[in-house]
Amino acid sequence: MFNLSVKKTVLAVLLLVTGQSALYAQEKVEMADGLRSSGKIYVVVVVLAIILAGLFVFLINIDRKVSRLEKESQKQ
Amino acid sequence: MKKSWWKILCIALLFYTLIGGLILDVPRKKILNETIRNIYFHVPMWFGMMVLLTCSVVYSIKYLRKPDLLHDIYATAYARTGMLFGVLGLITGAVWANYTWGKPWSNDIKQLGAAMALLIYAAYFVLRNSMTDIDKRARVGAVYNIFAFAMLFPALWIVPRLMESLHPGGAGNPGADPRDMDGRMRLIFWLGAVPGFILLGLWISTIIIRFRKIEDKNLLHV
Repeated sequence: MFNLSVKKTVLAVLLLVTGQSALYAQEKVEMADGLRSSGKIYVVVVVLAIILAGLFVFLINIDRKVSRLEKESQKQ
Repeated sequence: MKKSWWKILCIALLFYTLIGGLILDVPRKKILNETIRNIYFHVPMWFGMMVLLTCSVVYSIKYLRKPDLLHDIYATAYARTGMLFGVLGLITGAVWANYTWGKPWSNDIKQLGAAMALLIYAAYFVLRNSMTDIDKRARVGAVYNIFAFAMLFPALWIVPRLMESLHPGGAGNPGADPRDMDGRMRLIFWLGAVPGFILLGLWISTIIIRFRKIEDKNLLHV
């Protein structure tokens, strides 16, 4: 009787452990590893950085123009 | 540039987000794959929208307390940029959903709530433009803005928490599932993307405000 319950517990623990490990086993998730290892990802980064830089230059220019307008309208 | 330190901070944070967000490692997740990086760009839109619309309603309340057209200029400028961020959030969400949920629009409760909130804010501008009297337009606009802001909470914060959603986190937290982001991602997201995009929204708003101030100088009697 005692033996049976021990067996049962051991079985349950085993099941739990294997179940958990199956759950956490890292399946191969497809990522853009090729793009990274070939370094082409930097091409994308550079293109996006140029666009962002261009937008910022534009925004700063508008900001400056508004500052100039503010000065002119204060003079009047 | 006027008061430029936070504008420089904004530029630095957004470059950090862009470069770090594309190059650094992210957790490997099924279905999401590399698109998990969209978190850095799609989610801050909603943070930005929320901050800008909060600024807008604050100035609407200020206008009702003390009817100064300057407050009205502030309120509309923030509402405009807030809506811009919301529309961008909705579009980027649809693009992302197309590749992860299978279709751009799946009548997800969060999508519906966001669309509803944006329509309510679109009505704010329709309402304003339907009136020619400047003071009346500002007053009615301010009152409507408070109602519109109040509608944001059920649409974006409460209902999505009660219903089933395709968004991560499910019922409970509809925005972000903390399990999806690891430490590195959180660093870029909270330190770079969210404050960066919020500052960008504020920057654009201040430019609109300063321009409107010059334009309406005769009305503002300052």
